[in-house]
Amino acid sequence: MPDAKKFLYVNRKAPYGTIYALESLEVVLIAAAFEQDVSLAFLDDGVFQLTKDQNTDGIGVKNFSPTFRALGDYEVTKLFVEKESLEERGLDPSDLQEITWEDEDADWEEKPSIRIVSRAEMADIMADQDVVLSF
Amino acid sequence: MSTLHTVNKSPFGDGALLSCIEHCKPGDGVLLIEDGVYGALSGSAISDAVVARAADVTFYLLEGDAKARGLPEGKLLGQVTPVGYDGFVDLVTEHDRSQSWL
Repeated sequence: MPDAKKFLYVNRKAPYGTIYALESLEVVLIAAAFEQDVSLAFLDDGVFQLTKDQNTDGIGVKNFSPTFRALGDYEVTKLFVEKESLEERGLDPSDLQEITWEDEDADWEEKPSIRIVSRAEMADIMADQDVVLSF
Repeated sequence: MSTLHTVNKSPFGDGALLSCIEHCKPGDGVLLIEDGVYGALSGSAISDAVVARAADVTFYLLEGDAKARGLPEGKLLGQVTPVGYDGFVDLVTEHDRSQSWL
């Protein structure tokens, strides 16, 4: 798609204390219909959005973390997670849920959507976009 | 290719300005708006980080927001250039993209 623009959704907030994280995911799902080159960035408290075993039964709000696993079906397959942000919070990649997409060019092989990147790499990713939307 | 970053949170209660400083690239601009203007205070816990990054990134603050909050002009970092709303618009047009650090 030659005229597709590069969109980056920047997620810097934890999931349930504010509405930012859920709103970001809603906008990503809407924007996915427009067939652009979409990436998601998770840094600072945004990395908390991807922890596994989230259970919101006790707080009466929707657990939207499983929705991240549906993004692959919308051809949103690049979820960049910043390594330093994980480390600052005592987390490592094994604390995050597994998110995969099926590569139709490789016999529907399941490939990981989460890519751990350094802070310097994240800066490069941000500088490489046509549009940056922050949440 | 450069980015205009806007920061609207006080750096003393929020990590947005520090994170912005750590992710911007040489040639970028950082505009402090709303409570973000507190990041322009000299002699603060954050000012060394701003001054260091000012070596390759240009800092601005929205003058109306600084005046509204009574920030003493003599205590604003010389590395931060005041702009008005017209200057804000110019900055947006002079950069290739804008990124908000909410």
